[in-house]
Amino acid sequence: MSHTGRNIVIGGEAGQGLVTIGQMLTRALIRSGYEVVVSQDYMSRVRGGHNTYSIRVHDAPIAAPAEAMDVLVALNQETVSLHKHELADGGIVILDAGLDPEGTKAVPVPFKDVAPRPIFENVAALGVLGSLLGVDRPTMEGLVRETFGKKGDEVVGQNMKVLDDAWKWAEAHRASCAALPAPRGPKGRMMLHGNEAIALGALAAGVKFCSFYPMTPATSVAQELITKGRKLGVVVEQAEDEIAAINMALGATYAGAKALVPTSGGGFALMTEGVSLAGVMEAPVVIVLAQRPGPATGLPTRTEQADLNLALYAGHGEFPRAILAPATIEDCFHLTHAAFDLTERFQTPVFVLTDQYLSDSYRAVVPFDLDALPPVAEPDFGPGGGPKFKRYKRYELTESGVSPRKVPGFTETLVLADCHEHTEQGNITEDPDLRNAMNDKRLRKGEGLRALCIPPRVSGDARPDLLLVCWGSSEGPVAEAAELLRARGRSVGVMSFTQVWPLDPAQFLPALQAAKEVVCVEGNATGQFARLLRQETGFEVSRTLLRYDGRIFTPNWLAERLS
Amino acid sequence: MDIEVYGEYKKTAWCPGCGNHDVMKAVRQALAGLDLAPNRVAHVSGIGQAAKAPHYIDLNGFNGLHGRGLPPAQAIKLCNPELTVIAQSGDGCNYGEGGNHFLAAIRRNVDMTLLVHDNQIYGLTKGQASPTTPEGQVTKSQPDGVRNAPFNPIAVAVAMKCSFVARSFSGNTPHLVKMIQLAIQHKGFALVDLFSPCVSFNKVNTFGWYKQRCQELPEDYDPTDWAAAMQVAQEFGERIPIGVIYRNDRPSLDASLPVLQKGPLGRQPVDRDGLRALMQSYT
Repeated sequence: MSHTGRNIVIGGEAGQGLVTIGQMLTRALIRSGYEVVVSQDYMSRVRGGHNTYSIRVHDAPIAAPAEAMDVLVALNQETVSLHKHELADGGIVILDAGLDPEGTKAVPVPFKDVAPRPIFENVAALGVLGSLLGVDRPTMEGLVRETFGKKGDEVVGQNMKVLDDAWKWAEAHRASCAALPAPRGPKGRMMLHGNEAIALGALAAGVKFCSFYPMTPATSVAQELITKGRKLGVVVEQAEDEIAAINMALGATYAGAKALVPTSGGGFALMTEGVSLAGVMEAPVVIVLAQRPGPATGLPTRTEQADLNLALYAGHGEFPRAILAPATIEDCFHLTHAAFDLTERFQTPVFVLTDQYLSDSYRAVVPFDLDALPPVAEPDFGPGGGPKFKRYKRYELTESGVSPRKVPGFTETLVLADCHEHTEQGNITEDPDLRNAMNDKRLRKGEGLRALCIPPRVSGDARPDLLLVCWGSSEGPVAEAAELLRARGRSVGVMSFTQVWPLDPAQFLPALQAAKEVVCVEGNATGQFARLLRQETGFEVSRTLLRYDGRIFTPNWLAERLS
Repeated sequence: MDIEVYGEYKKTAWCPGCGNHDVMKAVRQALAGLDLAPNRVAHVSGIGQAAKAPHYIDLNGFNGLHGRGLPPAQAIKLCNPELTVIAQSGDGCNYGEGGNHFLAAIRRNVDMTLLVHDNQIYGLTKGQASPTTPEGQVTKSQPDGVRNAPFNPIAVAVAMKCSFVARSFSGNTPHLVKMIQLAIQHKGFALVDLFSPCVSFNKVNTFGWYKQRCQELPEDYDPTDWAAAMQVAQEFGERIPIGVIYRNDRPSLDASLPVLQKGPLGRQPVDRDGLRALMQSYT
């Protein structure tokens, strides 16, 4: 734990408003110019249970959550009992004066005096936190005004009074909590979590259709497209099930609209036949697979990286695909954008493989430069180029394996998309030579995908004693664990994969071979990526460091096990 | 439109005497009569014998998965409202494997036409019971007779206030052509459950069996009378009514989406200014 940062954890029951407090505080911190990493830990229930909303805040860039709690905001007694052992040295508990601090260094807040009614307790808590941490007060006031503005001046006034009272009360208790160092980050940054960044990346790529069946933690991708994307001309349809969702998306891309399907493990399992259909039909589709622990319903609101094999092998038969695994919120945006280009260009399914931790993790993000984005491939909307009212060669045998893709209704030529093995025009065939030619044509697209594959990010020592290999959201915690180890004098490098399929060994095998020891860090129990590396390169990692208890990697957890 | 524009009616994988031949001829006549150019139609199917239809007629085609014709068909209309969308498949595909999609499509009410080739048997897999096979009928895989109560697609559709519900018979071409045309012209989800006998595997519900029973609804029948339609939907025995059994004018989903007023979604450019403003809303 760095001296200049703080790890603020708000705990309580679902329904007590901890997410509201957490989000407002996060926004205030970002607007003030701090760096944040938010992690949300919640249970599969609407009310009750024990949930936490953790904000690690720092004056310099950070990319991982922390374990030890500097400030624990306990909305109920259970939070104190459960977490008092996780307090950092000097850590404080902020709680209602009526609760028992259980021997912790506590700041008991007389919420009953500060907040005239329970409904104001969220703002009271914000006022106390803001004051204790030394957050810029006008920033906090602006946020309260904005949040309650729609409810009228009277409500704004009441909340401002509560904020003022809470702020003043806390000023008298400032000594109990050292204020944050001055912020250094730029102004005007967005507060985004992974799924919001995915939705924005999709919008930037021109997504026009999204079909989904609600499933945690993927739902908020669709929700963002509904609440924010509708104005930009996106049709979002809640399907009757995941099978319908993916089949709808294939209908949409057939009709020329870029389509996105967000889901999680169990929902994706239902979609696998549709993935196979996309393979043979050569239909573009972007599937966002937000991983959570299985098997089956597993731990439905927690995190894991155990669906790599599922994404790799989903669908019967053999056909190419690409799997991108964002590590950061910026990756979520850029890789989703890239996924649309790849799927349109190669006419085969492309995955954005994320997880609950990244899906729900807010960060401060500089608005994306839309003008700097590369163009996204498009189907051929015409004109001409095919016979009038006859089928053109939708599946023309080409060297690259990619056939010209026309869209029905835009020209006079007819487009036939088919699930069977088919002729170049799309008609059913059982001819063995044509079958081979078509299968080979589809697989050739895999070579094109491989040629464009994104190399892993490598940092730290070039020929390290210890090289940490990771993929997806583990990069932040792994990179900070490497720093902790370096501070102890060890030679450590990090290799982080944001594309896990296809792989191009030439991009990374020499670096793997140059390290003395290679440890693969993954959020699953069987080392799926380590096995994939061995399968593709013959390289065997020295060992794996795995976590599959549904909890996120933290730098300390990793450093302890790597020492 | 000249009927030849939909292609020459060539060799198919259907048995000689299969009702599907007559259905395809009726579809051609219906489209020609409505003057629909082949490139303005998207023809979607699932899997089964009837589902091979997109290969035997020159239209834009999407031959998808078993039971899954309806989801892509609806999405096509929701992405390009300028296309006329027709889905064709069998009773197994639509009422069995795709039963949930059938119910959802009725509720969603996208403007499209569903033609169900109902032969009350699974033909392509060689003679197992389908959802519409009558109780007690002996088949190869139900040697003691079917134990499941049959699915009544008309009653279900009427009960759910499907916006257009018709029944027809492949052996009555003029009637079938008329029903297909009315279904296509109807703005909303239109079901035509049409008997198309399986000459190879259903020895009970034969061409003669249907011909003897199918009787057109009287001219004064009012298909907007829901209670009367519920009554008619129960008739399935010595007399089976055919015709438009029920319809209403509930607005279709596609008609209620303002974004579709601007034409096909695929050609609508990325609204960069809108996206910039959207990013601002996260600050």
